[in-house]
Amino acid sequence: MVFIARGTDFWVGSVKMATTTDERILDVKELRTYFYTQEGEVKAVDGLSYHIDKGESVGLVGESACGKSVSALSILRLIPYPPGIIVGGEIFFQGQDLLKASESDMRHIRGNRIAMIFQEPTTSLNPVLTVKRQISEALELHRGMDKEASLQETIRLLKLVGIPDAEQRAQDYPFQFSGGMQQRIMIAMALSCDPALLIADEPTTSVDVTVQAQLLEILAELRDRLGTAILVITHNMGVVARYVDRVQVMYAGRLVETAPTDELYSNPKHPYTIGLLASVPRLDSERKKSLRIITGLPPNLARLPGGCAFHPRCEYAMDRCRVEAPTLEKISETHLRACFYDADKLKKY
Amino acid sequence: MSNATENLVEVQDLFMYFPVTAGIMQKRVADVKAVDGISFFIKKGETLGLVGESGCGKTTTGRCILQLYDSMKGNIIFDGTDLTKLKREQMRRMRRYMQLIFQDPFASLDPRMTAGEIIGEPLKVHGLAKGQEYRDQVAELFRMVELEPFMADRYPHEFSGGQRQRIGIARALAVRPSFIVCDEPVSALDVSIQAQIIILLERLRDELNLTYLFIAHDLSVVRNISDRVAVMYLGKIVEITSADELYANPLHPYTIALLSAVPIPDPAVDRTRERIILTGDVPSPINPPRGCNFNPRCAQAMDICREETPELKNVGGEHWAACHLVK
Ligand SMILES: Nc1ncnc2c1ncn2[C@@H]1O[C@H](COP(=O)(O)OP(=O)(O)OP(=O)(O)O)[C@@H](O)[C@H]1O
Ligand SMILES: Nc1ncnc2c1ncn2[C@@H]1O[C@H](COP(=O)(O)OP(=O)(O)OP(=O)(O)O)[C@@H](O)[C@H]1O
Ligand code: SF4
Ligand code: SF4
Ligand SMILES: [Mg+2]
Ligand SMILES: [Mg+2]
Repeated sequence: MVFIARGTDFWVGSVKMATTTDERILDVKELRTYFYTQEGEVKAVDGLSYHIDKGESVGLVGESACGKSVSALSILRLIPYPPGIIVGGEIFFQGQDLLKASESDMRHIRGNRIAMIFQEPTTSLNPVLTVKRQISEALELHRGMDKEASLQETIRLLKLVGIPDAEQRAQDYPFQFSGGMQQRIMIAMALSCDPALLIADEPTTSVDVTVQAQLLEILAELRDRLGTAILVITHNMGVVARYVDRVQVMYAGRLVETAPTDELYSNPKHPYTIGLLASVPRLDSERKKSLRIITGLPPNLARLPGGCAFHPRCEYAMDRCRVEAPTLEKISETHLRACFYDADKLKKY
Repeated sequence: MSNATENLVEVQDLFMYFPVTAGIMQKRVADVKAVDGISFFIKKGETLGLVGESGCGKTTTGRCILQLYDSMKGNIIFDGTDLTKLKREQMRRMRRYMQLIFQDPFASLDPRMTAGEIIGEPLKVHGLAKGQEYRDQVAELFRMVELEPFMADRYPHEFSGGQRQRIGIARALAVRPSFIVCDEPVSALDVSIQAQIIILLERLRDELNLTYLFIAHDLSVVRNISDRVAVMYLGKIVEITSADELYANPLHPYTIALLSAVPIPDPAVDRTRERIILTGDVPSPINPPRGCNFNPRCAQAMDICREETPELKNVGGEHWAACHLVK
């Protein structure tokens, strides 16, 4: 008999575990997704490892173009080829390696066991079909419901995501809804199949804070009521602080730090995370307090510097950082980071 | 609301309606009431923040001040002169003192011009410098926004988003304005670059004695840079006061909801705050609700709110609010 520690065990970037536990919905290991463009090889995702447990909500945070959306699209195997290709890694979803799954398996998983809310709601809703038609068709297809049942379920879902006058509004076409409402319809669509994992890619075009709060509130409620695991993708450190259990910070295609939400904010241990937290104005801080900034520019993924990708912008960079890339390592049971600098000697933010 | 000449900008009873037309005759069937009767002032050297949900009329307000629409109603007093009374040629000369920085650093720069030409163009248009003086001033503008003068021959696509925003700022500064409308100047930028631009804007304001109207939907950013803040809802100003007072003592139910929706990146603090989740969507500016236009979403709405529009009332000091609850 071999005993494998389960549940509390934390998966470490460089150590491969043989089995996934029942608790583990998603386990991404050393994922690499590259694009071959005029600029050269763009390493959009480059050795990304993380996991999500059942009923857990996780935030994936990072600046524009660090590979957040590409990592999510890789899970669903929706990377356009050419120019993109998943060049390596494993993605276990409920124990099955999605990178080895057949295309027909993937079609069943997409929009069924894994649902995704895309960055652009307008591109993923069909403009010429009424909302009712789109959702009820999905229900008939994925859950084998008959017409009557699917219509009832459609109304229930629209109410669930807070569309007022759902019976009537269901007859409308997507363009007749505001941006915020289209987002909610996307969530209703995503839920039509009762997924085990819901991926929500935050729109880049700025949604209003009040609308954003409504949406995240709906997601949090769904997690509590239905036990759906949720991955929220965003560049806003504030958003995740309020709504997720654990935060993963991404930089240049890989994770640089992950910890339970409270721990990450009270005790960040990667220079990039600390820099991000110090550079956002806060509603509760002294008003004229000047912001600290991360100098330099976000990296060009086609021309990544050698060693630690953050080193040109890092105030702690040492010789070693220029030649060797740090891997994710534990600094406590649940707190991992990828950095060579002494964790206790970093300045507080 | 004010009288002293220390005000650089005074906006009086401003209305801006956009016609909604229909049919082949393009008949005017309704109006988008983008700005629906607002008044405020901006003191010299001050930064006034303007916040509110998408579509509430922030950009339209800024553009009205700069006289970019013919059909607005109301008066705009700039440094003692009523802009709405100026002839075209007089306005053209005035324009130099009032500049605009755009949200989108990608769309707002001409892709066929070099950075140097973009920044120097206003100097030529207004005949402010030529020859060696022109070259010196362009180089100085580059340094002012922390770009290297040797980058002058590059085209916009060769710059990052933050650098392009710096080019836009340098271009606005070229004519030595006294007033700048900053319309969401950091919203399109990366988180780590936003702070760089905010700090730059603050430094320039202090060094060049500029006055800003700072438009943004991110209240944390607005609070950080502004002296006073105006909150807009559906074409109207619902509350206006000093930045500190607005956050310490918000009075209008919409302001309170807006503040509570802004997350604080610190879960320990965030958990202790009350969350007010507004229900319902922002109503249409074509057909705003009767009475207080916030009433369909307001938890405190009373009968009077569905009948009478509340006036902006002074509640002491610099603090003004438009709500029937406020006495
Ligand atoms: N179809 C594509 N062809 C070429 N390059 C691509 C493609 N899709 C993504 N990339 C590149 O991959 C990198 C990562 O992009 P990704 O969309 O994952 O960023 P992101 O972290 O989601 O950013 P944002 O916050 O702006 O959405 C970028 O450099 C992007 O240019
Ligand atoms: N040229 C125009 N023609 C018709 N309607 C317009 C025009 N410009 C703006 N509007 C409408 O006026 C209202 C106010 O728009 P405005 O751009 O001022 O909002 P905003 O507060 O700046 O929003 P955002 O935060 O999205 O930039 C909106 O309903 C908008 O659709
Ligand atoms: S590994 Fe070196 S360069 Fe990278 S974050 Fe740590 S100290 Fe900075
Ligand atoms: S006037 Fe009435 S409806 Fe309007 S904000 Fe005040 S209480 Fe709410
Ligand atoms: Mg993305
Ligand atoms: Mg605007």
